[in-house]
Amino acid sequence: MIVTNIEYIPGKKITQHLGMVSGNTVRAKHVGRDLMAGLKNIVGGELKGYTELLTESREEAVRRMVAQAEAIGANAVLNVRFSTSSVAAGAAELFAYGTAVVAE
Amino acid sequence: MFELILTLVLLVIGFVFGQIAEKRHFRSIIQREAETRDLLCFNERRIPQDMFSPHVTLVCGSVVVSVDFFKHFVATLRNLVGGRVSAYESLLERARREAVLRMKAQALAQGATSVWNVRVETSSIHQGQRQGIGAVEVMAYGTALVPR
Repeated sequence: MIVTNIEYIPGKKITQHLGMVSGNTVRAKHVGRDLMAGLKNIVGGELKGYTELLTESREEAVRRMVAQAEAIGANAVLNVRFSTSSVAAGAAELFAYGTAVVAE
Repeated sequence: MFELILTLVLLVIGFVFGQIAEKRHFRSIIQREAETRDLLCFNERRIPQDMFSPHVTLVCGSVVVSVDFFKHFVATLRNLVGGRVSAYESLLERARREAVLRMKAQALAQGATSVWNVRVETSSIHQGQRQGIGAVEVMAYGTALVPR
């Protein structure tokens, strides 16, 4: 499975277009992390707990998108885009979407 | 009275530690940028014909950075008169450069020589919340080209 954010694959021919696929996930961190982040708000700096959380959820979103693409028989996902939004206090939604294609 | 003292103490702590952390972070960013200078990044969508390689992978880098108490205070004051909020400018610059560096590190780990169609996306976490955590997430992603 090839996943890229350009519209084509170098050296390969796209033979079939299968439409858009997407994957999303909403995650929250436990209260302890939130508390630590609140303290970190005083001195500033990177919030490692949140970086970790968002990295994990982004991977999960991409995995779901790839699973969806596999299910419809694609072997590549092109033009992948990400978007993040915070839905509730302490929870973030990660959304990944792209175009599923068959490439040869 | 107690609240005033607490605020002042938090301001001083925020200023001192925030400045130290920021200086250290910038030093590390500049050093790592020099180390990864050989890896080229473009936001161009089309890869030139002569660089073609069928091995492409998606690479990402993300970072969440929080504001310190002092910056938050300065920005609140700045809100009254308007103008450039330089306290937040340096925060965002730091976050962007760090995200791009992490993306580059991931690309280098896979043996890439260039990254194409780089996109940088910023979102703020806990925006609408009162007493919330003022933090920004920056994510950089692109397509790494691995020559074979």
